[in-house]
Amino acid sequence: MACQGLQKGETLESLKRESETLKKKLEEERNKLNDVELHQVAEKVEVLSALSIKTRRVLKGHGNKVLCMDWCKDKRRMVSSSQDGKVIVWDAFTLNKEHGVPLPCTWVLACAYAPLSGLDNKCSVIPLSLDKNENLAAKKKSVAMHTNYVSGCSFTNSDMQLLTSSGDGTCALWDVESGQLLQSFHGHTADVLSLDLAPSETGNTFVSGGCDMKANVWDMRSGQNIQSFESHESDINCVKYYPSGDAFASASDDATCRFYDLRADREVAVYQKDSIIFGASTCDFSLSGRLLFAGYNDYTINVWDVLKGTRATILFGHENRVSRVRVSPDGTALGSASWDSTLRVSWSFSTGSNYIFRFIKLLFWVNSRLVLEFTVAF
Amino acid sequence: MASDCGDVSALCSALLCSLLGVLGNMSALCCPEVIARMQDEKNGIPIRTVKSFLTKIPSVFSGSEIVQWMMKNLDIEDQVEALHLGTLMAAHGYFFPISDHVLTLKDDGTFYRFQTPYFWPSNCWEPENTDYAVYLCKRTMQNKARLELADYEAESLARLQRAFARKWEFIFMQAEAQAKVDKKRDKIERKILDSQERAFWDVHRPVPGCVNTTEVDIKKSSRMKNPHKTRKSVYGLQNDIRTHSPTHTPAPEVKLTNKPPILVLKNSLLGYTEQYLEYDPFLTPPDPSNPWISDDTTLWELEASKEPGQQRVKRWAFGIDEVLKDPVGREQFLKFLESEFSSENLRFWLAVQELKKRPIREVPTRVQEIWQEFLAPGAPSAINVDSKSYDKTTQNVKDPGRYAFEDAQEHIYKLMKSDSYSRFIRSSAYQELLQAKKKVTKSNKPQSLCKPVQTKKCCK
Repeated sequence: MACQGLQKGETLESLKRESETLKKKLEEERNKLNDVELHQVAEKVEVLSALSIKTRRVLKGHGNKVLCMDWCKDKRRMVSSSQDGKVIVWDAFTLNKEHGVPLPCTWVLACAYAPLSGLDNKCSVIPLSLDKNENLAAKKKSVAMHTNYVSGCSFTNSDMQLLTSSGDGTCALWDVESGQLLQSFHGHTADVLSLDLAPSETGNTFVSGGCDMKANVWDMRSGQNIQSFESHESDINCVKYYPSGDAFASASDDATCRFYDLRADREVAVYQKDSIIFGASTCDFSLSGRLLFAGYNDYTINVWDVLKGTRATILFGHENRVSRVRVSPDGTALGSASWDSTLRVSWSFSTGSNYIFRFIKLLFWVNSRLVLEFTVAF
Repeated sequence: MASDCGDVSALCSALLCSLLGVLGNMSALCCPEVIARMQDEKNGIPIRTVKSFLTKIPSVFSGSEIVQWMMKNLDIEDQVEALHLGTLMAAHGYFFPISDHVLTLKDDGTFYRFQTPYFWPSNCWEPENTDYAVYLCKRTMQNKARLELADYEAESLARLQRAFARKWEFIFMQAEAQAKVDKKRDKIERKILDSQERAFWDVHRPVPGCVNTTEVDIKKSSRMKNPHKTRKSVYGLQNDIRTHSPTHTPAPEVKLTNKPPILVLKNSLLGYTEQYLEYDPFLTPPDPSNPWISDDTTLWELEASKEPGQQRVKRWAFGIDEVLKDPVGREQFLKFLESEFSSENLRFWLAVQELKKRPIREVPTRVQEIWQEFLAPGAPSAINVDSKSYDKTTQNVKDPGRYAFEDAQEHIYKLMKSDSYSRFIRSSAYQELLQAKKKVTKSNKPQSLCKPVQTKKCCK
């Protein structure tokens, strides 16, 4: 953030007031462009009926809270990191553990398929090989260096570059091979807890969320903060792009998830319920973007109908906070990690019984018509 | 009858609720709000004193009453959900079963009591082991059978005695002093306070096997904004809570902020979702089957094979990004362009994408190579860019960075999108691929959970 000294006639108070006035003006301008709520527009969209999602795989093996997980591109392998200081690669399909890497720092907060980052302020990249006898930990390479914990990391479409978010309030882009800092992103006024890369082939943007209750969109090339959203009432724990890249969702300690449209430049939906009073720590979209899976500190995963704004279903099962949810790369399954030291895999058993529902509706209609004609005849 | 202390603690809770950024353990921000509603005189849960045998059980309500209240007031339709939420609120210590160390909610006649706000988790408690030692020691001084230590408590006491061997005399004295003060109290009040104190410890020193709900996300604890608000000692404090009656603790005033946002419509979001509905395995069963359900990995094998299925080919028509994203799509697109002798655009675009992913060390060389191949005068795969982009690129190449070709790439992308891509989709090569797997009969095709209203092409 550019820091200039106070100009003549300015005090901290006057600047604060000016900033508040500007914020209000911005809100007013945004409001002028507004008409309808997302769920009102989505009225013509058919309701999801008979959505049946069940958890059918439980991966046990960590000795402590699982803090993070991610899917491998092959759609069946997962990597997870835990407070027990280990990173485990699983074949979730067969429940086999394929690699186990012990790490010197027990607080491994984030892992993506390959890079690992944690509370030792560093981000390490560990190459994985099929040779189980290799001492993988020895091949670990330090890449990112922040002045506070690294909360999230993501490869930028190749394993040569790494994007990190940190408790030091910044995000940074690194060259993996040399460890060089390519670009840093300043703008958050508190810890940055999460980041997500835009899913575009041409885009160069990413979104970050932090303890300053703000979600910021950044240009990777220039380091500029191009959009900012401030509607949450507490820490934003997770941000995730909608699959088209035109919107994103956020999960927060204020017990809500919110949906922001980038082109409209504002929040367009809030996912909340009176019965949900615990913070949401993580979220991810289904492949079409119709469903938003969110993990909460009340040990549940709520599945939201993104367009209608209602909760489609709820998944119980974890016995402690859900720290991470991720949909598999081809959208066939949902992986979840928890402080209960397990990972779970869930999927949909919906077989399109909407058809049966319609058939029954038709039967009733036919019946009622017959009755009517019968009575009229008399 | 609440004394100043009560008011202060209630006010503290209220302030803590509304100053959301101050709370240490942020996992259950809204609990105090809900509790306040539960305790409301008019619309809350009725609290009563129950007479049993020779004793009175003061200030209780049943588990069923909690469940009923929640289902009525918190928009909960399912009893399972109400029990889950209620159990969590109990596990965090906002109310507790009066006769059990294990903090769960049962939908029956089991009695529960509210916790005094002083002991609420929202007060950022981090009680010391010395306090726990004082508490357990005090318990052993009380001669009531019902206050006997449970096995795990006895074990904890033994451990603490060993750990604090040197200062045990001091701890013992504290315990004695506490016990003396307790004896002076009114019997009913004592019952309530004892149970609340026990419930406090059940939260901070849970029964082995139970979740410790006081565990904080390390990322949050490492940025404690108000360390002075953390209460570390239960019994060493000057303003002892035992000087006021918890039975009449007023419900803290909580500010409920309900700002409904004014929203905006975005048709493209709807369009996208509808278009991809059939590709979303959570809504439409994949063809031939979801490997997770059927244990059959055919779907993944098909994806990995060079032969793209009809559904996959259909997707390429949604927009140029779909083709560029799919390696098989890229291959087919390239093949088509080669047949038209116009593949240099795509090859340039791909080369620049690749460049941006290289290690910084390799960038200068790669930039030169791309320049020579595509843009230099007499280049073998010359591409056509507007003069402005060309000039800019010429400049960039002199001091080569990852974004040297950004302008040129953007220009080429727009060109491909408006020209080559649309021809590709209309080409016979593409149409053939699309028709190829049409042998899948209509009756076999799995139905979607909801029929799309209109399949609008979502062109990007």
